[in-house]
Amino acid sequence: MQQTRRSVIKAGGALGLLAVLGSALLRPGRALAAWNTSAFGAKSAVDAMKALGMTNAEDSKDIAIRAPDIAENGAVVPIDITSNIAGTRSISVFIEKNPFPYTGTFDFPEGTVPYVHLRAKLGKSTPVRVVAAAGGKFYTTAKEVKVTIGGCGG
Amino acid sequence: MPDPMKIRATLQGDVADVRVLMAHPMETGQRKQGGKVVPLHFIQTITAQLNGRTVFSADISQAISRNPVFAFKVKGAKAGDKITVTWKDNEGESRTDEATVRGGS
Repeated sequence: MQQTRRSVIKAGGALGLLAVLGSALLRPGRALAAWNTSAFGAKSAVDAMKALGMTNAEDSKDIAIRAPDIAENGAVVPIDITSNIAGTRSISVFIEKNPFPYTGTFDFPEGTVPYVHLRAKLGKSTPVRVVAAAGGKFYTTAKEVKVTIGGCGG
Repeated sequence: MPDPMKIRATLQGDVADVRVLMAHPMETGQRKQGGKVVPLHFIQTITAQLNGRTVFSADISQAISRNPVFAFKVKGAKAGDKITVTWKDNEGESRTDEATVRGGS
């Protein structure tokens, strides 16, 4: 009896350790994480952010999004993003009204300017939301882009 | 074998302005051709290295435009440094290309 109780406690301890390791791996910051299937498969920006652990993002004026106000061709919309928040380690992009809003995360190791230029497909007029990660916190801003011809489905 | 990337890295002071053009269809899985859906086929990850040190990486979705173009800026670069870019897509295909950082005007 005593023996059994002991092994149960041991097993419990091992589980606890696993849980700790697991939560360490799921920490925001995304370091070394694999391509995030659940975030990329999310159908809303909010769900995608949750899957990425980007909760409590605060609005910031220190992220600059340069994109056209009106895009004539939704298939190729140029977007320039610069974060002026010190210590920005990554920038994530969510095209809110696309079927799968999460468009990508760009990581900037020390020494890389927190800037990225990309070209994205916009299905229809939509806010383009950016989340910057700096010092373990998240900052966000968005810019509305009007699309006159959609970029999805062709 | 996918077509090579076009990589241009130009110095502005000690910052290398890197622009990359990748040849890839970036199929969304929503487009139809002859009544059939063209399957999802897109680049998922990108990494860039300057003289072997990772300076930029990205996870992206199919919402990035066909023949993707990216630009980023790396501090502390010198003319002659090697910039290497690798992409990998959802079908396991990948491509790595290299360019030399060139002095700016």
